[in-house]
Amino acid sequence: MIAIQNMTKVYGMGDAEVHALGGVSLEIAKGEWVAITGPSGSGKSTLMHIIGCLDSPTAGEYRLNGVEVSGMDDTQLASVRNREIGFVFQSFNLLSRVNALQQVMLPLQYQRGDKRLPRGDRAKRAREMLELVGLGDRMRHLPTELSGGQQQRVAIARALAQQPSILLADEPTGNLDSKSGAEVMEILHRLHREQGLTVVMVTHDPKVAAQAQRVIYFQDGLIAEPQQQGVA
Amino acid sequence: MDWIESLITAWNGLNANKMRSGLTMLGVIIGVAAVIALLSIGQGVQESITGSITGAGSNLLFVAPGSFQMGGVQAPSGSAASLTYADAQAIADPRNVPDATIVAPEFTGNTQVIFGSANINTKVTGATPEYLTAFGMEISRGRFITEGDVNGRETVAVLGSTAASDLFGGFDPVGQKIKVSMPGAAGGRVSLTVVGILSPQGGSRFSDPDNAIIVPITTAQTKIFDGRNAQGESVVTSVNVVVGNEERVDAITNQINTLLLRRHGFKSGEEGDFSVVSQADLLATLTQVTNILVVFLGAIAAISLLVGGIGIMNIMLVSVTERTREIGLRKAMGARKVDILTQFLLEAIILSLAGGAIGIAVGVGIALLVNASGVTSAVVTSQSVILAVSFSVVVGLFFGIYPANHAAGLKPIEALRYE
Ligand SMILES: Nc1ncnc2c1ncn2[C@@H]1O[C@H](COP(=O)(O)OP(=O)(O)OP(=O)(O)O)[C@@H](O)[C@H]1O
Ligand SMILES: [Mg+2]
Repeated sequence: MIAIQNMTKVYGMGDAEVHALGGVSLEIAKGEWVAITGPSGSGKSTLMHIIGCLDSPTAGEYRLNGVEVSGMDDTQLASVRNREIGFVFQSFNLLSRVNALQQVMLPLQYQRGDKRLPRGDRAKRAREMLELVGLGDRMRHLPTELSGGQQQRVAIARALAQQPSILLADEPTGNLDSKSGAEVMEILHRLHREQGLTVVMVTHDPKVAAQAQRVIYFQDGLIAEPQQQGVA
Repeated sequence: MDWIESLITAWNGLNANKMRSGLTMLGVIIGVAAVIALLSIGQGVQESITGSITGAGSNLLFVAPGSFQMGGVQAPSGSAASLTYADAQAIADPRNVPDATIVAPEFTGNTQVIFGSANINTKVTGATPEYLTAFGMEISRGRFITEGDVNGRETVAVLGSTAASDLFGGFDPVGQKIKVSMPGAAGGRVSLTVVGILSPQGGSRFSDPDNAIIVPITTAQTKIFDGRNAQGESVVTSVNVVVGNEERVDAITNQINTLLLRRHGFKSGEEGDFSVVSQADLLATLTQVTNILVVFLGAIAAISLLVGGIGIMNIMLVSVTERTREIGLRKAMGARKVDILTQFLLEAIILSLAGGAIGIAVGVGIALLVNASGVTSAVVTSQSVILAVSFSVVVGLFFGIYPANHAAGLKPIEALRYE
């Protein structure tokens, strides 16, 4: 479902030029669980942002579900982000001053077309999502009233509220202690198992990476050696 | 995204940060209220001044000692002794000024007026019987000054309605005695019997007849003030001339000028030691003064607008980081550029309309308070409301959309990383 060919990303110009991606080719199948790992600055986040349509590559092809993404305009990209992609950030990126329920309802208001949920049903969906991540009793809490692990669970519920086909998570447990990290991982596993969600996650933690079906090792903007691994 | 959706989003956006919304609105409120209040005061002052002059009738001329220049004020009082009672009688002579229907000389000074414990510092006007008709006044009780009072230098007084209630409170002043002090080194007091009360005229006249205390002109000249010049002639402070036909105002001005120049020993064409001023002259001079006032108030209003605008700008700039990240996040979740712009546009519209409405209410409230205080009148004009509201909408929209427009065009990740 994700097919990337010879992708490069160059930041800056002239002397300040940084080749964050040096020609990456990669395929990820539907329902797969892939972990991306590698040293800091190797280009993992850069790749994730391009897969998530939050950034555009300097060169290369990116086909998502058979459709070329690079030529899309703002409206089409918005639609792809909304329908296909749920993005979980290392730093949560919750709106301050907005309670958990409203955070999760946020992507629903930008739905268009046949998947669009009527306004009246959105709170119900958001509640279901929060219950799914074990926050049924924290619906009215503001981000400042939640622990880091709880905030990241709200972010996961929000990423999945509009039922995307891919969950992209850039170090989702990076800011969490091991216990809440394990809880978040447990939720992702369940969603992967039960809903056939495609999961691509970046992690520095070898134990977390080991839970994936496939680990992609990044070095200097290139994939070092693809490894096949068994299901955790 | 439909409009209700956009409205809900905008409302939630405003609600999420009440402080920011409130402060932005405050900027609009200050600007709008200040413009409306200040311009209404300017308008009110202008209207009451021009109204007071036109209210006195445009067929009235004043002859005053000294020179009255356009754009200037009365000449120094050193020359005040130049207009004599004999001059007034000459003007009243139909052989000299045939078109003057009423000639009412007066001798006016300021002094203390006392009744019991009530004590007011006011103008005391020495007048002849013609004064009543010259200014279109009416007697509500008793009588006005008569020919006999003038000839006999009677110690009688006619009070304006406000002066009467100030001195006497509720009860009937007619027949009572008031005392006026004689200004100057000699001191002393003159006792006057109140013989009549004027009907309320309304405060429109700029010589405020409701506060007037009117006595026979001879009494004012000889018993209260010192109305004689160095030559021992009896002098007046002004001669009020009513012109029968308004179109003859200029002609009569010339007739009086010629007459007085000759009487005072000037050649024709010379600058005399008196001036003949018509309502139109006064109006022109005062309009110059009030125009300065209006420009001044307008400048303060403009500064208030600027302050309000800068306040709004500040709040927008302070929150631009937060809002840019919010926009990045919304885009990451599937918002289009148009969704973002619609949200921010609606937020700005709600804020500037609500702020504008409150600002109008506050501005009109201030104008009403000023009116009620009686210091001056304030007239809210539709132009000032339109000016203020269009300002608030323009500033509100500009600074509301300003941070959004840039951020909405960024890639989501750029907006999310914004610092
Ligand atoms: N906006 C940017 N402008 C310039 N250079 C950038 C930008 N973003 C990333 N880079 C550079 O691109 C390279 C790859 O960065 P990236 O964030 O993808 O690394 P990463 O593998 O996610 O690292 P980490 O594990 O520390 O998160 C780095 O050298 C970084 O300095
Ligand atoms: Mg990274």
